[in-house]
Amino acid sequence: MITIGDLPPRDGVGRSEFDRRHFLDALLIVGFTSTAAAIAYPVGRYLVPPESGEPATASVVAGRAGALRANSAAIFKFGSKPGIVVRTAEGELRAFSAVCSHLDCTVQFKSDTSQLWCACHNGTYDLAGNVVSGPPPRGLETFRVNLRGEGDDAEIVVSRT
Amino acid sequence: MSVIDWVDERLDLTEVRQFVAEKGVPVHAQKIWYYLGGMTLFLFSVQLFTGILLLLYYRPSAAEAYESVQFVVTQVKFGWLIRNVHSWSANLLIALAFAHFFSVFFLKSYRKPRELTWVSGMLLLFLMLGFGFSGYLLPWNELSFFATKVGTGIAGAVPVIGRFSLRLLRGGDDVTGATLSRFYGLHVAVLPALATALVGVHLLLVQRQGMSVPIDVEKKLKPGERLRQMPFFPNYILRDVLAWYLVIAVLAALAAFYPWELGTKADPFAVVPPGIRPEWYFLAMFHTLKLVPSHVLGIEGERLGVIAFGIAALFLVLVPFLDRRASRGERSPLFTVLAALGLVYLISFTIIGRYAK
Repeated sequence: MITIGDLPPRDGVGRSEFDRRHFLDALLIVGFTSTAAAIAYPVGRYLVPPESGEPATASVVAGRAGALRANSAAIFKFGSKPGIVVRTAEGELRAFSAVCSHLDCTVQFKSDTSQLWCACHNGTYDLAGNVVSGPPPRGLETFRVNLRGEGDDAEIVVSRT
Repeated sequence: MSVIDWVDERLDLTEVRQFVAEKGVPVHAQKIWYYLGGMTLFLFSVQLFTGILLLLYYRPSAAEAYESVQFVVTQVKFGWLIRNVHSWSANLLIALAFAHFFSVFFLKSYRKPRELTWVSGMLLLFLMLGFGFSGYLLPWNELSFFATKVGTGIAGAVPVIGRFSLRLLRGGDDVTGATLSRFYGLHVAVLPALATALVGVHLLLVQRQGMSVPIDVEKKLKPGERLRQMPFFPNYILRDVLAWYLVIAVLAALAAFYPWELGTKADPFAVVPPGIRPEWYFLAMFHTLKLVPSHVLGIEGERLGVIAFGIAALFLVLVPFLDRRASRGERSPLFTVLAALGLVYLISFTIIGRYAK
């Protein structure tokens, strides 16, 4: 930074010269600061990515009812994020967001314990989406499951509750 | 204790302080030309800065490049500004680099002992043209696609290594997504690395040797007399900053009022639209090649043109070594005439090339 103002006044130059330098210094600082701000503002806005134009998904078809055996699960696409649909040992269908509430890893179904398990940090959820053990702070988001059609060909329709 | 004191205590800034205190710029009637290099350098930093910003959204593939640029200019906040500044700044940079080149040429600032500064500057000018050529293709629009076809086709006319260099540039026999990948790599990695290193060398040489004084001014000095010097800090640097502000003003006005066209997406199977022209700084070359007959003395015209441009480029790099009179500190009217002829050729052929059918 230019510090002309810090210099002592030259010989024979009085107080007014000193003030003039202070004034010019201030003018320079204001000028440079405004320039920096005029650049920083658009750049700052530019760095923030625009909201994706994709509307929030309300409902998707997760597969055919016949394709999912008891005590198994399948991952499906719910908008831009993964979901998981589980058929319990009793034959009931349940669907959850497959995004672990801890650090966004994708959970999987463990058929031996009948639990949803996150491989990243060993978090487990029961088949109601509640945390059983491990670091996840919240349960999984649960979705509503409906069947459209009859028998094995019925579509599993998953929707946000 | 101030920050400077803290650093000084650890690193001993005596040399830096001495340099700052002693660095001067000679004062004479032609010193206005000293600003052009600094302005070009300023635009180079604008290019680095806005280029890095564009990298955040740009996708270098034939399928996505055009759409990603479209996304930047329509969806991203101030994306239009960043892209317009990058495009306009590129053009201003080349214009100023040419102005800098001609001012140094006319003032014979290349003469001993500054030959290497000139050589590094010439190489930088070529690199800037390379930046322009490679960057032009990146939005993957119709105009740039066909201009790149023509431009790389010219590389194919180089004797002996023609086909090799054409395939090397295109990443195959045709301009495809492979060409885009190569140009992208060149534009954002290879050229910036080379240019940054060369700018460093160029500036180091300028700092080491100080500003050149024109021969005429030098001759008017009485023996033992020294030119008046202006302190670089803060007197000259503040004037430099003023010149940069002028550049910012022009750049901002152009970017805000004359948005850089994106055009339509490149379609390799479309008919070439009429009026395919390279960027203005290649127009003179482009038009010259158009004028050369298809065969001259049994040599293909295009090939002859390319050889001539190669020789001209080599001549330009070697100017300080060829201009013996200037090296001895004597007036060198022959090279002044050559520079003037070069300037007239470039300007007239650029204008003719722009309006020729």
